[in-house]
Amino acid sequence: MKQKNKKIDYSKWGYYFILPFFISFFIFSFIPLVDTIRYSFFEYYRSGIKEVGPNFVGMANYVSLLGSDMLKYAANTMILWIIGFIPQIVIALVLAEWFVDARLKIHGTQFFKVVIYLPNLIMASAFAMLFFTMFSTNGPVNGILMSIGLISKPIDFLGSVIGTRSLVGFMNFLMWFGNSTIMLMAAIMGISPDIFEASDLDGCNSFQRFFYITLPQIRPILAYTLITAIIGGLQMFDVPQILTNGQGSPDRTSMTLIMFLNSHLKSKNYGMAGALSVYLFIVSGILCFFVYRMTNNDDPDGSKAAAKKAKKLAKKQGRG
Amino acid sequence: MKSKQPSHLRSIVAHVVLIILSFMCLFFFYILIVNATRSHADLQKGFSALPGSYLFKNLSNVANDGTFPMIRGILNSLIVSGCSAAICTYFSALTAYGLYAYDFKLKKVAFTFIMAILVMPTQVTAMGFLRLITNMGMYDSLLPLIIPSIASPSVFYFMYSYLQSSLPLSLVEASRIDGCGEFRTFNRIVLPIMKPAIAVQAIFSFVGSWNNYFVPALVIQSKDKMTVPILIATLRGADYMNFDMGKIYTMILVAIVPIIIVYLCLSKFIIAGVTLGGVKE
Amino acid sequence: MKKRAVSILLITAMTVSLAAGCGKSSGSGGKVINIYSWNNEFRERVEAVYPEVKETSKDGTVTTLNDGTEIHWIINPNQDGVYQQKLDEALMKQADAAADDKVDIFLSETDYVNKYTDKDADAAMPLKDLGIDPDKDLSDQYDFTKVTASDTDGVQRGSTWQCCPGLLVYRRDIAKEVFGTDDPEEIGQKVKDWDTIEQTAGELKDKGYFTFSSYADTFRLYGNSIDDSWVAPGETVIKVDQKIMDWVDDSKRWLDAGYLDKNVKGQWNDDWNKAMGSASKVFAFLFPAWGIDFTLSKNWDGENGVWGVTNPPQEYNWGGSYVHACTGTDNAELVKDIILAVTVDKDNLLKISKDYSDFTNTVSGMQEAAQDDSYTSEFLGGQNAFTYFAPVAENIEIAPLSAYDQGCVELIQNSFSDYLQGKVDYEKAKTNFETAIIERYPDITEIQWPE
Repeated sequence: MKQKNKKIDYSKWGYYFILPFFISFFIFSFIPLVDTIRYSFFEYYRSGIKEVGPNFVGMANYVSLLGSDMLKYAANTMILWIIGFIPQIVIALVLAEWFVDARLKIHGTQFFKVVIYLPNLIMASAFAMLFFTMFSTNGPVNGILMSIGLISKPIDFLGSVIGTRSLVGFMNFLMWFGNSTIMLMAAIMGISPDIFEASDLDGCNSFQRFFYITLPQIRPILAYTLITAIIGGLQMFDVPQILTNGQGSPDRTSMTLIMFLNSHLKSKNYGMAGALSVYLFIVSGILCFFVYRMTNNDDPDGSKAAAKKAKKLAKKQGRG
Repeated sequence: MKSKQPSHLRSIVAHVVLIILSFMCLFFFYILIVNATRSHADLQKGFSALPGSYLFKNLSNVANDGTFPMIRGILNSLIVSGCSAAICTYFSALTAYGLYAYDFKLKKVAFTFIMAILVMPTQVTAMGFLRLITNMGMYDSLLPLIIPSIASPSVFYFMYSYLQSSLPLSLVEASRIDGCGEFRTFNRIVLPIMKPAIAVQAIFSFVGSWNNYFVPALVIQSKDKMTVPILIATLRGADYMNFDMGKIYTMILVAIVPIIIVYLCLSKFIIAGVTLGGVKE
Repeated sequence: MKKRAVSILLITAMTVSLAAGCGKSSGSGGKVINIYSWNNEFRERVEAVYPEVKETSKDGTVTTLNDGTEIHWIINPNQDGVYQQKLDEALMKQADAAADDKVDIFLSETDYVNKYTDKDADAAMPLKDLGIDPDKDLSDQYDFTKVTASDTDGVQRGSTWQCCPGLLVYRRDIAKEVFGTDDPEEIGQKVKDWDTIEQTAGELKDKGYFTFSSYADTFRLYGNSIDDSWVAPGETVIKVDQKIMDWVDDSKRWLDAGYLDKNVKGQWNDDWNKAMGSASKVFAFLFPAWGIDFTLSKNWDGENGVWGVTNPPQEYNWGGSYVHACTGTDNAELVKDIILAVTVDKDNLLKISKDYSDFTNTVSGMQEAAQDDSYTSEFLGGQNAFTYFAPVAENIEIAPLSAYDQGCVELIQNSFSDYLQGKVDYEKAKTNFETAIIERYPDITEIQWPE
């Protein structure tokens, strides 16, 4: 198939098609990014409204960050992310599979599909306000728990490490599981129904179908979900920020990396913020590289995918 | 097929789980609605599970406050979110298609590059971004909230993944044989195939930019260009005499209505993705 | 279908934005005064008392004066520090800005007023340069407001219409039950200083009542009375004052003794609001005028007249917005006029007190109000709170300020909040404060704790 393309050279179209993206990126992201990286080698901040710097300091910002609690915040970020992400991806996968499985005859799928996405529509700051009210010491959640006799005195949710972390994780889960479900659903719907039909004929049960057909088929989107979730996790900010008033309380155990970055930005410490950004950049790059390799490694040159496509096409032409 | 029994059981489990999850989702929504129906004084006293009778009063407080351009704000948000969602999905699909369907020298480089910038946190470049658009004379305009969404690496990546699993290159070939131009092929053949993916990402980017506070707050200055989240922040920053939580919750509620409508409209396309089956049969 | 939907969306968008473009009024003939603020408070007061005001546009962005001058109100929300950020940007561009774009007036709050009145920053103009002589023209203002708005050399660079002396507001019903009297004078005696109030707290505790709701309530009293500023002028060392550590120790003792409600953590949250309700066991709150009228009364669900006011254990100030003429303003005459009208003219200030319940910045005016029965409050059961506010205001000795106050005050409370709640030990709280403060102010080189 690819040979045929060679007759006319279409490759210039490739450049045309990706041009708008790169122009826009270059102007609106690349220039600011270069700025950011450049300042990471400078001492540059504001004290009051007086500007200090920029003075070139080499790697000093990077070194002083290593000496700070950055690694602790990285660990916090990871813990908070895992608490929210594990249930999120599991539930999302299960729900997506259920929604597209006609045999389950789920009533009101449309209703459920709308409802699970609702929390994502509320602004994070507004959502955190609601959570605050719900889980305050004299709030309704404590009230309910006490009235059904589960606890004898109110739990201080936001005062304890576990409580705060679980709440952050729970909020992230609630806000994002609908999003993942929809994404995975779109992916599962992209699988040719023929394959499912064939599997049914072969007597696959639901579990087999899920693990041997659905999962491998949606690998690219699953990788996408994972990667965006990792990035989203590394960039976790608004939920813990608002829930803990920007303090990561108690004892900075819910302080995430971006909250740390934000406190530098608040003081207009461009140098330190730049260096922290570069660290973040490197870490997320490495993580994503691994995930990308892990999820795509059994089809390194795309030959399997090409073969599948050929099969589909054959069917199509047969029909047409 | 399998025996009916396990399928039946699974169906029950599925329903139970869905109902629990929906309950959790709706619960917070319900609280929001309840809060929007209560007066500031009621709200201060703490939580209540029953709605009050203050909704219309709150609503008229918000709508009739001459200094608070609610309609204008919603309109601005619609413009920004609508345009961002449209150009973001279109150009991402275009870029994804360009990288997927064509072989060219810099293809690998371009792809790797996009994957690399995927991980860039927005907060990082915000200050540089602000300086840049000020120099370009775009400060206090809606454009810098819209145009940069042409380059959305994560949307691109989604589109690319979707193309990988759903677009046979032979189809492109066939359209070429039919004498379609490249651009036409993209618009007529590829875009319809990508409908579910586009609908999904359109929703996400619409919601994302609808709820974005950070960048608009930096860029927008004049009142007639403010978007909804900035307006809500303004309400929250009102002086102690005009501070009214009821108004804030009502505004949050009002702000959600347009996205729900957009979501309901676009979710049809997601469902349609299965039934249409243009390529898949 | 989708394409149509998108194109309709785009078309609507375009039309709307075009329409928006047309609607914008282009350059006016007269002068333009730009005022930066975070809400409409100042505009409303200017409208109320400045005689030159002709009208304000419906959206509140432009006020036209009789001579055709336009006041442009540039309002940015305080949330996430957006207001200060935008103001800072504008100030940095001030020198190069076109005449009509220059900042003429901006507002600041007590917490960060010093950032702008700083001598080297030179953002706020000395009032003298504007033609206002603080000693003569502002002689009726409360001293502490003048000190607050001055730089380290004592040059006054701002003025305020409002000052916020705080009182102790207490529940009369609880007072009657515990002390057998609700008379403000007698209660005042029982809370007159920290030692006395601690004994009183014991009596309240025995009957099952908390004296205050949370340790955050008392912070301002200690914080206002520090001997030296957090950071001495020209230095980069934070000296934590002994008074602050007293607050930590006293709060810990009070908490352990059960004088404060453990469940209320900080202010402005649900638990705190509820503590002001009729079901609460909290005896008293510490509030300035605005706090009584707009926070306490909104949270109170019982009848009027249950709350009473008396003197606090220590004089303090809570809040206040300062008005500054911005260096480089091209409308100095008008700016001076506005500042004098809104923050100095006694009749105007009394009008503001009547209309907006502000405790205003006129010593003689407030003394008159204290004698005037038309200032009594229904919520306080006919008590005239001004009788108690006025002496407090006259006796406030405002702590020496520094440009670092906002961060120091906020972060020390946060760090020690963990300690008071028993999450971390004393030393850890100190370290946490050090970490946080250096993040906020990178130029700080050292933190010194009192022995």
